Amino acid sequence: MEEPHIEEGHNQNKLLDVAPALISVHPSHKSIAATVGSDLRVFNLIDNSPVTLVDESNESFHKDSVRAIRYSASGKLFVSTGDDKLVKIWSAESWRCLNTICSEKRVTAVAVSHDDSYVCYADKFGVVWVVELGGITKKGVPLLSHYCSIITSLEFSPDGRYILSADRDFKIRVTVFPEEPLQGAHEIQSFCLGHTEFVTCIAFVSNPELTQSYLMSGSGDSTVRLWDIASGSLLDTCEVSTVAGHLESNESEQTQVTVSDLCAIPDSSLAAVAIQSFQGILLLSCDLSAHTLSITKVIQIPGESFIPTSISLSTSTLWMVSGASNGPNQPGYSRVRVISCIDSEKSSVLEDEQIPGGTKLLEKLQGKVSIEESVMIAASEAVRAAMSSLLMKKQYSEEKREFRKRSRNDKKTTN
Amino acid sequence: MESETKPTFSKSTGLPRKRFYRARAHSNPLSDSHFPIPISPSHVDFSLHFPKFVGTNNEEVSKKVEFADIGCGFGGLLISLATLFPDTLMIGMELRDKVTEYVKERILALRKTSSGGQYENVSVVRTNSMKYIPNYFEKGQLSKMFFLFPDPHFKEKNHRRRVISVDLLDEYAYVLRAGGVIYTITDVEELGEWMRSCLEKHPMFESLTHEELDSDPVVELLCSATEEGQKVARNGGQTFRAVFRRIAYVS
Repeated sequence: MEEPHIEEGHNQNKLLDVAPALISVHPSHKSIAATVGSDLRVFNLIDNSPVTLVDESNESFHKDSVRAIRYSASGKLFVSTGDDKLVKIWSAESWRCLNTICSEKRVTAVAVSHDDSYVCYADKFGVVWVVELGGITKKGVPLLSHYCSIITSLEFSPDGRYILSADRDFKIRVTVFPEEPLQGAHEIQSFCLGHTEFVTCIAFVSNPELTQSYLMSGSGDSTVRLWDIASGSLLDTCEVSTVAGHLESNESEQTQVTVSDLCAIPDSSLAAVAIQSFQGILLLSCDLSAHTLSITKVIQIPGESFIPTSISLSTSTLWMVSGASNGPNQPGYSRVRVISCIDSEKSSVLEDEQIPGGTKLLEKLQGKVSIEESVMIAASEAVRAAMSSLLMKKQYSEEKREFRKRSRNDKKTTN
Repeated sequence: MESETKPTFSKSTGLPRKRFYRARAHSNPLSDSHFPIPISPSHVDFSLHFPKFVGTNNEEVSKKVEFADIGCGFGGLLISLATLFPDTLMIGMELRDKVTEYVKERILALRKTSSGGQYENVSVVRTNSMKYIPNYFEKGQLSKMFFLFPDPHFKEKNHRRRVISVDLLDEYAYVLRAGGVIYTITDVEELGEWMRSCLEKHPMFESLTHEELDSDPVVELLCSATEEGQKVARNGGQTFRAVFRRIAYVS
């Protein structure tokens, strides 16, 4: 009885080391960053050259898997963070590391306020911390907390009034971002409750005039949902399992799939959605007056195995990366592909030579120009298993639960 | 009759016997136990809890739960409040399943044996209130929340398991309406100081004045109505109260 349980725990620990490759593009398409494992790679899209990062801090460069990256809305800053418990803030112009914040626990999500004044980061125990930029501070202070949950995504609302935190306990919390964030964010505006599995990603969709904004969220429950954050009400639910399932096999029954990433397309009410186990991108359209969400297009990615683990958008170009690493000292694999003109009829998946930056970019961001298909397939499966292991709640049988309680003091005497 | 076939019930009173429902005093709030969790407050079927007050179609609900006893134990406070506020719906939340079973049986038995249709306004649910309070209650729904003799979690490394903390007060402030009251009491001095300090630090709570405490009929029930409270009184112990009102956010 002992052996299988111990081995299972060990396997789970190995799975938790698997880190998906991430990609993030500058809001004005000036540069692009990708990570696999602890390696952060940046390419300058203006003069088509690889960027050399400068980090003169005591804790230079990341020593363990990077779990979250993003550019600030202004495009002036870039943040990277992850399992090495460091939050690094870089200038997106000079690519020097401006500041390194030390977290007590591994970090799972990060967001920057719209005016570049504050960076918020969430740790694996559900605490969101905030640090004021422009100072010399090395530590954050607590902002809010999701009790004993893992926070998967952090976002500011487009008007900067709210900070949103999504967790593995199916919740999205909308909290007023106060004038003095260092005192904590205590006023909860609403909870967006409706998902039936862990929430993975959140993004805002707005009308071109930016007068109306609604929240979209992706989850392990095979849906993308639309919300009004002021009231927390669920406006619409879009099932994505049928699309992914139908194209994968001929089964008509729905299997549960996980939405791995989504991003809104600015100046439109569209969003691009990546789904685990699906080699393609879904385009969802949001009707802002009817408050509905529907699948408007399915873009399949031709060629060898490529399931996006992270996507990022700038102007109408969608950048996708697929890959993973097995831990800090293992080599990782990542493959970058691009869909151009994603919001128009002319959208197309570009060949390597056609992408902005071409093979030079691929060499920098991927580490090499071509990756073996078998390696890509293995990486995708590892990412899927790792996310499930981390975020899905474990259901133990009665027997297993009793076994787990065996070391409890009060259970040792038999009645 | 039921009381003849069920040894766990007293033949004379028709009420459940505590000794058949004993459980450990402590329960780990960090573990994801095996009980159903409602997706949102609109997914909770309150007609199951309060059949005489709530119709089966939740849309027509005019009455909503207003009092919540967090960690209600064997239900002493709720039973006292039920007759004091017969038109108010109240619910107890408890993590231990045997204890929740006891309270459930107690309420059902009281409803049956009561002559005036009492105790229809009180119920209990097994859940972890440190994680799932927003799943049960809407914004500003509650007018009273009770935290009587919570687990002190003495070790400093376990302080994060305490049911009152500045972070969790954000969620309690969310479900309490402005003007709603949070009642806390303990016989552990350090915990009493901790709870008072958390409430004082939180920008959405202010302390009740002595006059307000004296004129609130619920306040004396904090010590006298529960098993824990009666035990403390018997041993001549001191209790430490912190009763605060939910106010609009003050920066």
